[in-house]
Amino acid sequence: MIVLRDLTVTFRAGARDVHAVRGVSLDVAEGESFGLVGESGSGKSTVLRALSGLNPHWSGRITVAGQDQGRRRPKAFHKRVQMVFQDPYASLHPRQTVDTALSEPLRIHRLTDALNARVERALTDVGLDRSFRFRYPHQLSGGQRQRVAIARALILEPSILLLDEPTSALDVSVQAEILNLLRRLRAARALTLILVSHNLAVVGHMCERMAVMKDGAVIEELTVAQLRAGTVRQAYTRDLLRAGRGYTAGAGAKPPGCGTPWT
Amino acid sequence: MSPQRAGLRAWLLSEAPASRGQARLGDLYRSGLRFRRNPLALAGLIIILLLLLIAAIGPLLAPFSPTDQALDLRLLPPGAEGHWLGTDGLGRDILSRLLHGGRITLAVVVLVAIIVAPVGLLIGTVAGYAGGLIDSVLMRLTDIFLAFPRLILALALVAALGPGIENAVIAIALTTWPPYARIARAETLTIRNSDFIAAARLQGASPARIILRQVMPLCTSSVIVRVTLDMAGIILTAAGLGFLGLGAQPPTPEWGAMVADGRKYLLDHWWVATMPGLAIFVVALGFNLLGDGLRDVLDPRGDR
Repeated sequence: MIVLRDLTVTFRAGARDVHAVRGVSLDVAEGESFGLVGESGSGKSTVLRALSGLNPHWSGRITVAGQDQGRRRPKAFHKRVQMVFQDPYASLHPRQTVDTALSEPLRIHRLTDALNARVERALTDVGLDRSFRFRYPHQLSGGQRQRVAIARALILEPSILLLDEPTSALDVSVQAEILNLLRRLRAARALTLILVSHNLAVVGHMCERMAVMKDGAVIEELTVAQLRAGTVRQAYTRDLLRAGRGYTAGAGAKPPGCGTPWT
Repeated sequence: MSPQRAGLRAWLLSEAPASRGQARLGDLYRSGLRFRRNPLALAGLIIILLLLLIAAIGPLLAPFSPTDQALDLRLLPPGAEGHWLGTDGLGRDILSRLLHGGRITLAVVVLVAIIVAPVGLLIGTVAGYAGGLIDSVLMRLTDIFLAFPRLILALALVAALGPGIENAVIAIALTTWPPYARIARAETLTIRNSDFIAAARLQGASPARIILRQVMPLCTSSVIVRVTLDMAGIILTAAGLGFLGLGAQPPTPEWGAMVADGRKYLLDHWWVATMPGLAIFVVALGFNLLGDGLRDVLDPRGDR
């Protein structure tokens, strides 16, 4: 479904070129849920932004559903690929009601027949009832905002959903709710997911396969079974794993899976 | 509070509005409540409402004709022979001229605001959102206009176009838009990289649509505030042009021109220049107070 070959993203910082992503190659099959993990600055979000078309400074090859993608994406691409952002406080327009935020994508793609029904269905699909429809973002909690952002991404019925740290700005209790919602939606709609996270527990909960990134390059690809068994080849991945466990253990010596949603 | 009013209030302040209209009215009502807490802004609003009223029905209230000359009654002091604010050098009733002139002042201000705000907003948001070459070209153009002193440029334009109230409006508008473009551009730069703009781009929205639907609504509040604060300046520039004889032409009772008329008699007959001067002062003050109040209400950072 998604093929990246030798993807390189370069930013200009003054006279210097900074390679945020160096030669990343990945394959994600249809219906698969793929995780990208790494510490901040490892280039994982940049891969996602290049894939989505938000960042035009890339070279290499991006193929989505068999079609090579250029710098500019056609409208059909946007109907197929949508993204959920990290910070729900920044990803909703402060002066637009939930209703406007949800009907805007439909208007852009001229899907205005049954607009009301579509908006209401999108809300119920993410577990918000109709009373939320005409609220402004400042009348919503962080978790509710993220649900609205997910509803906005899914209202065009995309087949690929890109998630850029969808839970890291939320309370721990809300994180689990949002992750379970995403799992349910993925199963119901046969979505192909790419999830970017620095949290191995989140990736372990959501994905079957993952790639570990460091300094802009993929250093290891592994399956969730390998992650659980701890059979990783790279020392860096082992460190990440240990760091994740240390965090959970430190939060009250619980087994992995209680403090953070591991399954 | 009667039950109906309490019900209306609850309906307006509802956390879960049931329709688009209710959400919008509720937002307006909340802004109104914030505005009401500021007594100075309320005073400004009352002054502006009075100006609107005078513009609407002032000519009906005027006790005399604004243009009829009566040379035997010239330069009467305030209160004499039914002329509450006195008469000018040609025996015209100053109160009547002020009441008629309110309409001209308001027309100038409104026309300038209608021309200037959209032009500045459009140029600023396009420059800020597009960036690159378009930004450079539009901003250098803005710089050129900013480099001239406002009144001098307006003077040059009026001199070229010929004196008159319409040309004064054009001249003031042409010299007033650059700061609006600057404000709108600065505001656009702060929001162009935010996630909700990225989300709109990912939905396939065209740049024009993003500027119109996402960027402009966030810039309008600061532009509206700036317009309101600038209205005082616009009135003064219009009055200045009138004073220099390049705005409204006699016998039009424009306030600035009236001040200019009174200059000749300033030492012996103070009221001729002072009365229109006071009118300009009060209206300019009203716009300034209103602008300050609107800034508190409309600033999007204030209500998050």
